Amino acid sequence: MTPETLEPGLDLATRTEALESLMLEKGLADTQTIETFIGIYETKVGPMNGAKVVARAWTDPEYKARLLADGTGAVAELGFKGPQGEHIVVLENTAAQHHVVVCTLCSCYPWPLLGLPPSWYKDSSYRSRVVKEPRAVLREWGTELDDDVAVRVHDSSSEVRYFVLPERPAGTDDLSEDELAALVTRDAMVGVTKVAAP
Amino acid sequence: VTAVLPELDLDGPAAPPRSNGELVFAEPWQGRAFGLVMALTDRGVLSYDAFRRALVERIDAQEQASPTGQSHYYQCWLEALEQVLDTAAVVSPTEIDARAAAFAARPPGHDHDHDHGHDHDH
Repeated sequence: MTPETLEPGLDLATRTEALESLMLEKGLADTQTIETFIGIYETKVGPMNGAKVVARAWTDPEYKARLLADGTGAVAELGFKGPQGEHIVVLENTAAQHHVVVCTLCSCYPWPLLGLPPSWYKDSSYRSRVVKEPRAVLREWGTELDDDVAVRVHDSSSEVRYFVLPERPAGTDDLSEDELAALVTRDAMVGVTKVAAP
Repeated sequence: VTAVLPELDLDGPAAPPRSNGELVFAEPWQGRAFGLVMALTDRGVLSYDAFRRALVERIDAQEQASPTGQSHYYQCWLEALEQVLDTAAVVSPTEIDARAAAFAARPPGHDHDHDHGHDHDH
């Protein structure tokens, strides 16, 4: 980035830097903590966490039962906890019912399982349309559902953060838990797609 | 000391993780604004619920103003942060304005005057 180019984010960048420097001066924040949080969400917390939960649920019926009964508790068993991980409710997608998640007000999302939300999840287009016309939105994601499949849209909030347990694809009986986890995508855990067979 | 973000290696083995082709933060300042909220929440300087309420208001206001326009999520994020810090009498917009103006007045290249080691003989 050259200083001559006026980037759209430049003023916001300067403002953020100004705010950070004031917080540091006042002793209310420190650089190391700020960078630790950035690093955690850039590299350590992401959809691979949720994928492990899904693979465990696919291979361990007792774990799956606990996951559906108490999402927050069951994901904590695998070590996934932290901000935005309170009140996780897990929704099971089946051949008869397809769940999809949105936050209509802002961007509530189960951070410990999926990391920070992608930009499309935060866009007003997705947030308003998936409620009004879920089947059309799902079709745009390439998710074709038969008419007899019930579609349910769930609105995440600060009280409840929804997480979708996708349907296990056919032909995966011989796969290990790790191999199964590798198939699971973020989009399937939001419910906009299914997990494709390998 | 202002931390220097490493130059991003977008395609190599050190590439930052992306979700379906997008970076977690589109620009470095977005990460700083995110990290600042988390650090202040962690320290108890602000409550995440209060921040979230302000964020919801900002997003709603932006959408009312520009229903079909581009989403400026992290701009709303930063504005919400300023709002809750102002309400809590931690820092006022005037103070931030003044500091930002001072930073904006710095000569170009101010953040490149640290020692990269380029000019040393080895």
